[in-house]
Amino acid sequence: MSATAKPGMNYNRGLHLRRKIYNYIFLALTGIATAIALIALFLIMETLVVKGIAGMDLHVFTMSQPAPDMQGGLLNAIVGSLVMCAIGMVIALFVGILAGTWLAEYGDGTVLATVVRFLNDILISAPSILIGLFVYELLVRPFHGFSAAAGAVALALLAMPVATRATEDIMRLQPYALREAGMALGANRGLVIRSIIWRASTSGLMTGALLSFARISGETAPLLFTALGNPFLSFKLTQPMSALPTTIFQFAMSAYDDWQRLAWAGALLIAATVLTTNILGRALTRGSTQK
Amino acid sequence: MSVAASSTQMAAPDGTKTLRVTDAQGLPRQPGSDRLFRLVCLTAVLAMMATLIGLVGSLVSGGWLALSHFGFSFFTTSTWDPVADQYGAAGPIVGTLATAFLALVLSLPVAVGVAVFLVEICPQAIGRWLAIAVELLAGIPSIVYGMWGLFVLAPWFAANVQLPLMMAATPGSWLETLFSGVPNGANIFTASLILAVMILPYMAAILRELLMSVPSHMREAAYGLGCTQREVVLRIMLPYVRKSAIGAVMLGLGRALGETMAVTFIIGNSHNFPHSLFDSGSTISSTIANEFTEATGDMHLSALIALGLVLFMITFVTIAAARLLLGRGGTK
Repeated sequence: MSATAKPGMNYNRGLHLRRKIYNYIFLALTGIATAIALIALFLIMETLVVKGIAGMDLHVFTMSQPAPDMQGGLLNAIVGSLVMCAIGMVIALFVGILAGTWLAEYGDGTVLATVVRFLNDILISAPSILIGLFVYELLVRPFHGFSAAAGAVALALLAMPVATRATEDIMRLQPYALREAGMALGANRGLVIRSIIWRASTSGLMTGALLSFARISGETAPLLFTALGNPFLSFKLTQPMSALPTTIFQFAMSAYDDWQRLAWAGALLIAATVLTTNILGRALTRGSTQK
Repeated sequence: MSVAASSTQMAAPDGTKTLRVTDAQGLPRQPGSDRLFRLVCLTAVLAMMATLIGLVGSLVSGGWLALSHFGFSFFTTSTWDPVADQYGAAGPIVGTLATAFLALVLSLPVAVGVAVFLVEICPQAIGRWLAIAVELLAGIPSIVYGMWGLFVLAPWFAANVQLPLMMAATPGSWLETLFSGVPNGANIFTASLILAVMILPYMAAILRELLMSVPSHMREAAYGLGCTQREVVLRIMLPYVRKSAIGAVMLGLGRALGETMAVTFIIGNSHNFPHSLFDSGSTISSTIANEFTEATGDMHLSALIALGLVLFMITFVTIAAARLLLGRGGTK
């Protein structure tokens, strides 16, 4: 590399060629990896869409669970999912937004905040079936019966950490100038948070809500032994209620063609819901940050 | 105090004077309504913590009956017999660990490849769209993967991979032991395969984010020295994110360990200790999902909850390590 060396003196053709070939091999390997991943995921999506659309008809939305070999649909499951997700989301957003607010605004520098943040991150990734076991011990065993309320609480517990994390993240993005401006006008901290920071974070909070909804709408495991499932349309929170994912599980494991057909329709329904929610959530934040 | 704290952060860089909002007595200003709101928020935080404590508490209290009755043999024996009320969890525990690690081994190279491809190799315009697609796929409910495994992968695998391999293996050799099993496609290996496909987009998305975080001046410096893309990725970028990348991998492992639906469909659900790659088995979560509602005796229920406790401990250690390695803000 010294300046006096003639250009090309250190040039090693073999080394150059070797590095080039290794590089091409490396590029090819990453390309192959991507191709494998895309093909695998495409195959799954293809099966889902083809079989899902084949199983889809109007009865899916208008009729409840059929007996094997009878005509029927997924109405009871769809309604059950909506009811339990709605209740779960209300609880989760209420607790999650408040907890996230505390972490973002009040918790700085305290040991509690560090611990809570860490444990919250663990709760986000904790196996959902364990939440089901917990709610079973909490709400099913003491009351001697499976209930939709227990299912809703299980879903709430799953969405809560996601909502907390999203709230904290989005509130931290708000500029300090906003807070200072509010306080300069004489508002106290709580008022600044409620009427300035929350309002400025609305789209972000919506995204958080949508992401946590996407997270719980496809959950099966925690509902298996809390809401249990119910072949009939039911709105009673104290009674078992069916949900789309548990019904899919039951139908897919069954030996009846009709049920399996419905299971695919339901799976397509869930996947479409989750995808739409996720895309919607993303679109919301993108709109706000590009301002 | 909180006002003062935030004002301190806002102090001028030269640090001569700190803005302090105080009331007439010179105490930090904190009117009552703020205190109430603060208390409400704190209650929410404590409620969240109560969830985790309650989770551990309920698992311990629920599983105590089985754990105290069987003692250490609960972990070392593999007899799972609800009729005789004998429970040993070695089968599901080994099944959980085996499928999760196998899934990780299958999935990790592909995930790294995808992440590198998206960040460093393919054109930005395509890369951005592919990245969004990968992230969206990471959100697909696991039951969809499970159904695909049951209806598509298992029959195909049994006919086109498992049977030929079993035929080809020399009788009596170690290969035959490795490949033995009922050729229906529902076994440890296919379960791992499904898990691998499931955690692939998840890990690829996190790894991609990590690689994006490598400062561009480091990459550019390396390119400026004449490094090839391979050298930049392997010697600069991957070492730079090494710690967080291990965290990402462990997060993927945590997901594979705790996954229920994708596995329950396809693992075969037998409680025997799995003896070969193509042997049917069970994982902790699949056992709980299958038997919990049908458990009749107190001991059976307690044994299942004790299994849950074991799963909690395994995943807690994995996820905690992952989060510590990743640090804050590494991933959602």
